[in-house]
Amino acid sequence: MHRVINDFTIRVATVNGSGSQSSNLVLTNAIFSLGVPVAPKNVFPSNIEGLPTWFDVRVTSKGYQCRTRDIDVLVGLNAATWRTDVASVKPGGVIVHEATYPVAGETLRDDVTYYAVPFNELAKANFSDGNLRKYLLNMIYVGVLAELLGIDEATIEAAIGKQFKSKLKAVATNMDAARIGFAYAREHLAKRDAFAIERMSGKTDGLLFMDGNRAAAFGCIMGGCTVVAWYPITPSSSLCENFISLAEKYRVNRETGEKNVAIVQAEDELAAIGMVLGAGWAGARSMTSTSGPGLSLMAEWAGYGYYAEVPAVIFDVQRAGPSTGLPTRTMQADVSFAYHLSHGDTKHIVLLPATVSDAYEMAMDAFDLADRFQTPVFVLSDLDLGMNSWITPPLAYPEKPFDRGKVLSADDLAKLESWGRYRDADHDGIPYRTLPGTNHASAGYFTRGTGHDEQARYSELPDVWERGLDRLTRKHDTARTVVPQPVVEESGHPVAILAYGTTHHAVVEARDLLEADGVPVDYLRLKALPLSPDVAAFIARHERVYVVEQNRDAQLFTLLRAELPNHLVSRIHSIRHYNGVPIDAHAIVDPLLAAEREPAVIAE
Amino acid sequence: MTVNIIGLGRDIYKGLPTTLCAGCGHNSITNHLIKALYEYGVQPHMLAKMSGIGCSSKTPAYFVDQAHGFNGVHGRMPSAATGAKLANRELLVLGISGDGDTASIGLGQYAHMIRRNLDCIYMVENNGVYGLTKGQFSATADLGSTLKNGTVNEFAMIDVCGLAIELGATFVARSFSGDGKQLVPLIQAAIAHRGTAILDIISPCVTFNDHVGSTKSYAYVKEHELVANMPDFIRPREEITVDYEPGTVQTIELENGSHVLLRKVAADYDATSRIAALEAIHGARGKGEFLTGLLYVDADVPDLCAKERMTASPLKDLGEADLRISREDWAKLFG
Repeated sequence: MHRVINDFTIRVATVNGSGSQSSNLVLTNAIFSLGVPVAPKNVFPSNIEGLPTWFDVRVTSKGYQCRTRDIDVLVGLNAATWRTDVASVKPGGVIVHEATYPVAGETLRDDVTYYAVPFNELAKANFSDGNLRKYLLNMIYVGVLAELLGIDEATIEAAIGKQFKSKLKAVATNMDAARIGFAYAREHLAKRDAFAIERMSGKTDGLLFMDGNRAAAFGCIMGGCTVVAWYPITPSSSLCENFISLAEKYRVNRETGEKNVAIVQAEDELAAIGMVLGAGWAGARSMTSTSGPGLSLMAEWAGYGYYAEVPAVIFDVQRAGPSTGLPTRTMQADVSFAYHLSHGDTKHIVLLPATVSDAYEMAMDAFDLADRFQTPVFVLSDLDLGMNSWITPPLAYPEKPFDRGKVLSADDLAKLESWGRYRDADHDGIPYRTLPGTNHASAGYFTRGTGHDEQARYSELPDVWERGLDRLTRKHDTARTVVPQPVVEESGHPVAILAYGTTHHAVVEARDLLEADGVPVDYLRLKALPLSPDVAAFIARHERVYVVEQNRDAQLFTLLRAELPNHLVSRIHSIRHYNGVPIDAHAIVDPLLAAEREPAVIAE
Repeated sequence: MTVNIIGLGRDIYKGLPTTLCAGCGHNSITNHLIKALYEYGVQPHMLAKMSGIGCSSKTPAYFVDQAHGFNGVHGRMPSAATGAKLANRELLVLGISGDGDTASIGLGQYAHMIRRNLDCIYMVENNGVYGLTKGQFSATADLGSTLKNGTVNEFAMIDVCGLAIELGATFVARSFSGDGKQLVPLIQAAIAHRGTAILDIISPCVTFNDHVGSTKSYAYVKEHELVANMPDFIRPREEITVDYEPGTVQTIELENGSHVLLRKVAADYDATSRIAALEAIHGARGKGEFLTGLLYVDADVPDLCAKERMTASPLKDLGEADLRISREDWAKLFG
């Protein structure tokens, strides 16, 4: 039989709240511990208990981190979705399922291999504690699957040990359950399929698992954030929760119990960003994290921060919108909203992390940029990056000191003849500020969202207003070359892809597939707004650039059209994906090849 | 030149000329505030003047010109004040709001600031009407009171003092813009109090709410004020000399060792009883009266910074060595 080694996807279909998370992670870690790269994706409902949930483990010898549409191995443990789960399996695939589920009619396929396992019966026979039973049932599936895929007991045992760490009893009980699965598969299931895991080397050395929200929390700690104000919202809550647990460990004086941090669970997102701005104004590094609905509430204060020039860091872990939308699904649909957040002429600095390392480093960058530019900085993560586990190199210890920007001390003021809070003294659009508490007679000024002149005095004069807006544009333009610059991979091809955020991972695989199809493409990964001048230069070097993003309205594409010089506008084309699950390579390859092969499509 | 206890003249405590209407109660409050800050000896550079939007919220420009001011967005001053205090707990945070800013658009933030006991002074310059948008009712307007054009308020009023007590406020006072004798010591006691100090100050709007039918006009307030107590503020280490009738003075020690002496006008009024305060507020309102004075105080509740066990140093001053995980611990995490 043709064997498929280390390149397939396992889907575990269960009921939310049934305790499958630990067993899914054990399976993922076991495969990873054999040196095989994996990309886990949790597709879960907005629900505490009862709705269907799927956990996909992509086993990928090439190390692709994006989702794939192809489900090769299904573990069917949810009666409610059994029919559609069976249909989701690729021809040639495998279905391991609860033995009592019907295999007849629609659920009887002749192009897949079935392994019926009496999971419920095995759990009932072996575990008397009814509460524990549902968790252990899931660990039985791990044993069955491990035996079928050729993962040995020692590997599973190590993964269980890692999962439950010092809880020895839990380790033993879970291993018992896994062994029941191993034994059942050995005794009752003759291997009739092609899929197997084999140990690899050189692909996962030094890598570890982390989700983007945890990485961002590390970035906030290392970036010197001292004030956090937040309101819980999926999928951003775990960012602040991770920050809280890190702060409890690393920001508390072990002798006195005193904390080098203040964390407030606010009454809503209006208050959260208000606290962040108040703290930024008074000189602390401060952040909040939220998702789309929270970002909508933050609009008014965001405009204040932009116009009154107050540092703030706002993480938006994007979910599927508009409105409440799909709280547990992913999109990149807040890009244009965040960039222009608030009424009036407003444009912000927006960072676009794609990887776990990005989430960590851009969190630190965000605090430096907020202080340097005295403005709210938005970090646009998404659910896929924030909540899924990714294989990543270890986070690097920061070597740079904080950049606290242009802050005048009492000593500085003593040396100056005069100063003006909103004067463009350095001709880069960035003024100087003082902090409350600065002991000098000229330190104080009145911060306001109403019209003001260079001395921070209220003014309604047309010239003053226009001058202020123009200086803010100058400041924004200064940021173009200071924000994280695009990553370009270029080999002189006429066609290129431009993408940002987690779409990156699908682009990586898509470029390999396109090259195999005879259409190699160059690539620019955008890391921030405002647009770097590199973007227009890159587009100018290509005949056609496909802008790929995970939203319906081609938000970055639209922004590019507005900002690019006219003669470049016709070179860019849009590819979108917006069904709420992370983008896969075919969502890029298929429309791109269609367009390349039929020029008429491009012309439309 | 006459100076205060930190050697500063009164002029230092002044601000820009007011742009409010002539005769506005808010201007009187600003003058009383200047007196209170001057007499108390507040360091101008340690004062953070916070406000939202409205006539009242403009007033931070009219006192202590050297201090930093933060004129935020409508109804959201408490959150900005919270952030500022957390960033630098040494600041004296003074918030000035109005009845629209507090009781309508900002009611949520008002409530949550109080339940956190943020260490700040929160003054409501309360005239029952929206001035800047030319005379609409606010949520503190009394049921049955009228607008200048005769429109009658059909809705229940929000009593910001009663509400504050219900929410766990630790310092609640009410006064009148025209009564400096009562207001100045109340402001000074509020400065000394550690926690949220609510000062609801009835401040007639001469332009939109000073007519017959208004229950916040000068004439109405003068006729219907019911004084619970008259405070004296005694700074730390100052000798307390009492020359009032025994049993009519209540002495309350505040956080920094200062005292507020309440000369009780209503002899049985107890400013340390939440229930008594609520009964007195409701009882007065039932008779169409304003109860003024220090209505409720509890000096022993920890403020937000204390509850959060924050370090004594201002968070804004901490650097890389204080805030980053050590290389040693990092190696344990990622080594």
